Amino acid sequence: MRDILTFTDRGIYCPAGDFYVDPWRPVDRALITHGHADHARPGHERYLSTAAAAPVIARRLGVTPQTVAYGERLTLGDATVSFHPAGHVPGSAQVRVEVGGQVWVVSGDYKVEADGLSEPFEPVTCHAFITECTFGLPVFNWTGQAELAAELNAWWRATADAGRVAVIGAYSLGKAQRVLASLDLSIGPVFTHGAVENMNEVLRGQGVALPPTIRVTPGQARADYARGLVIAPPSAMDGTWMRRFGPASRGYASGWMALRGVRRRRAADRGFVMSDHADWTGLNAAIAATGAERIFVTHGYTGPFRRWLESRGYDAHVVSTEYEGESLDTAATADETGERP
Amino acid sequence: MNRFAALFTALDQTTSTNARVAALAGYFRDAPDDDRLWTIALLSGRRPRRAVTATNLREWAAERAGIPLWLFEEAYPVVGDLAETIALVLPEPGQTSDDSLTRWIGETVALRDMDDAARKAAIWAAWDRLDRTGRFLFNKLITGGFRMGVSQKLMTRALAAATGIEETALAHRIMGDWTPQTTTFERLVLTGDNEAATSRPYPFCLAHPLEAGPESLGDVSGWLAEWKWDGIRGQLVRRAGQVFVWSRGEELVTDRFPEFAATLDFVPDGTVIDGEIMAWRDGGVLPFQALQTRIGRKTVSARMLARTPVIMTAYDLLEQDGQDLRETPFEERRARLEGLVGALPADAPLRLSETVPAGSWGDLAAARETSRERSAEGLMLKKRDSVYHVGRKRGDWWKWKVDPLTVDAVMIYAQAGHGRRANLFTDFTFAVPDGTGSLVPFTKAYSGLTDAEFREITRWVRANTLERFGPVRSVPAVQVFEIAFEGIQASTRHKSGIALRFPRMARWRRDKPVGEINTLADLKAMLAAYGS
Repeated sequence: MRDILTFTDRGIYCPAGDFYVDPWRPVDRALITHGHADHARPGHERYLSTAAAAPVIARRLGVTPQTVAYGERLTLGDATVSFHPAGHVPGSAQVRVEVGGQVWVVSGDYKVEADGLSEPFEPVTCHAFITECTFGLPVFNWTGQAELAAELNAWWRATADAGRVAVIGAYSLGKAQRVLASLDLSIGPVFTHGAVENMNEVLRGQGVALPPTIRVTPGQARADYARGLVIAPPSAMDGTWMRRFGPASRGYASGWMALRGVRRRRAADRGFVMSDHADWTGLNAAIAATGAERIFVTHGYTGPFRRWLESRGYDAHVVSTEYEGESLDTAATADETGERP
Repeated sequence: MNRFAALFTALDQTTSTNARVAALAGYFRDAPDDDRLWTIALLSGRRPRRAVTATNLREWAAERAGIPLWLFEEAYPVVGDLAETIALVLPEPGQTSDDSLTRWIGETVALRDMDDAARKAAIWAAWDRLDRTGRFLFNKLITGGFRMGVSQKLMTRALAAATGIEETALAHRIMGDWTPQTTTFERLVLTGDNEAATSRPYPFCLAHPLEAGPESLGDVSGWLAEWKWDGIRGQLVRRAGQVFVWSRGEELVTDRFPEFAATLDFVPDGTVIDGEIMAWRDGGVLPFQALQTRIGRKTVSARMLARTPVIMTAYDLLEQDGQDLRETPFEERRARLEGLVGALPADAPLRLSETVPAGSWGDLAAARETSRERSAEGLMLKKRDSVYHVGRKRGDWWKWKVDPLTVDAVMIYAQAGHGRRANLFTDFTFAVPDGTGSLVPFTKAYSGLTDAEFREITRWVRANTLERFGPVRSVPAVQVFEIAFEGIQASTRHKSGIALRFPRMARWRRDKPVGEINTLADLKAMLAAYGS
């Protein structure tokens, strides 16, 4: 049985179709799973993505991808490819590749629980499954969506009642909108950092229903933010940008907030366990649902997760890639917003 | 435990001191007496002893979670805390519990008398009745590692807010030899009247480091200077015909230092002396390393007493004839102290801390330069008219330490930290060339860098790991750091032949190539110059 995808120093490559999936060096044809900066990189000749992911990719990279609908089959050379919802962020996809009866799936980044915003994850039957494992350890088990929304709103309400502004750090694509969709708008107005609002504009433009938001601009006075909640990329929260809000309570939304040590190190007032990646249970369920026997793990706790899969009877391998997953180290990765400086 | 868990969550969720005091004060107002007494005990370090071994606990947790032990062991360093790792891997609880903190502590104490099978069953049953925070706290209690990140000072403030009793009085009341089993909230906090009063020490007065020049303190004549010693700060309490010795960590160490029993013959009842416990032989101080051999031992052999005897260097007199002298000016306390211990025979385990005469700040600066050869850390400057404060207060007492010694060395191993520093490489081993073309490790250091620097070095370690040895990674010898330390001693336990006192990273020397760092010969020269 030959390998229909190979792992090269440019990215995951399909010789039969002469294309790459989420390559990290410039190539001729790139299939892009979603618009996060470690997956959608500039410099390729041709881009292919879902119609739902294309506007973000276009906005961030200044390119015009060829688009397909979810589930639509496309022939590239001797390969048949199709995109299937990954539940990671709006528009995100897994890429299914079929060559001579062999089916491989590149999952990109994914999340199993429906968040009410992203197209829900859809298991795709395959022979080989290429998976991330950002949170591939049994200590990562996410809080349910409803409980998370209740925590978030309780914090916002208490902060507003105390006369302070609530500022929450969340990636500008995906998590920011998830936070937005969880809010109880009767508490107060919602403000957004420019990087977040740019993504909101793109998503609204393609028909994603998002609650109303106000872009933070230099002309606003401190009083304008009264009872407000501000959504900003984590990298903006350590800088002078924060000063305009006066006394503020800081929250962070990240899967890493499940760990008390990380929460304390961040010196945040509150950490909300919100991730757009699968938790331990989610990873195991997703892998089982594919029916695949061969598993390639790309980024995250690859060593232990591979060994765990092997102990469960899988033919499991680690492949090294340049994907980053959810950064533990938010302050240090300014480019996580996907905005080019 | 729900109310206590809610308190813990409230404290854990804010970095604001006021909010923490408010949360704690609210708890102290409302919680049942037993629970608030236990909370004071826990927050003042009076934790129940460990009831189960960490090894057993890991095995039982992995089994309960349905994961192999090796996988649990992989996750533990990522979380950086055993109690939390267990709380995170366990399946959802099947039941709930309304039991009070005191009830739960009773259960943890009961674990100690069980055999392993019963203990495991009891712990599994407990896990099944507690939510994630409850489990975390329960695990902390049974591993004897309970800490809440609340200082005693902050707790005292909250207790004062809740009871209306003055903070300094409370700080004194909750010191000493008590446990929740030997007293009540009423007697400990509200009346301050319990058996512990006999042995009770006073809250220590602490000094801030002097950062500006001493001229900023005004005229030198208003100040008294003493040598600052590197021993164990302690209090000697002589009341009701007994002697009690307390360490600054509020630990009763009387039995570890039987030398002090003899003070019964030298000082009268109703006396409390603040001083430094030091290893001392033939009229001179021994290195801190020598004292270290005494610290961990609860029973002391005659041989050890002969080889490493201890004395107390008396700094201050806090009580005389049963009278609390803390509001009396230091000059007068000092005069009384001299009257009490100044004329003791040479074999008494007490000696007066000598003052450093000074006509000017320049005199003191010159004296300070001789600290290292006297095995002192520098000078203490105390205002002559100062009262004996509770805790660390700016203005009246200053520590004026000598500048640390430094060497430039290269990092060769890195290890991730725990708790707040989990997932960050923070513990490094440093080496210098030994003159034969090899590097010899000579110290570890854990502190001194900013969070941003630790993040940066962590990324570098991840990307440049050569080999892994369990949690330790070896890295190429290219990152140079300036290591600062307070003292240097010969050591037979280390390959380098030296041991440093308080090593830390003073600076990351990105500008310095490895070829230009210090050598083992440099360290040996420092040992010859400063090792005692």
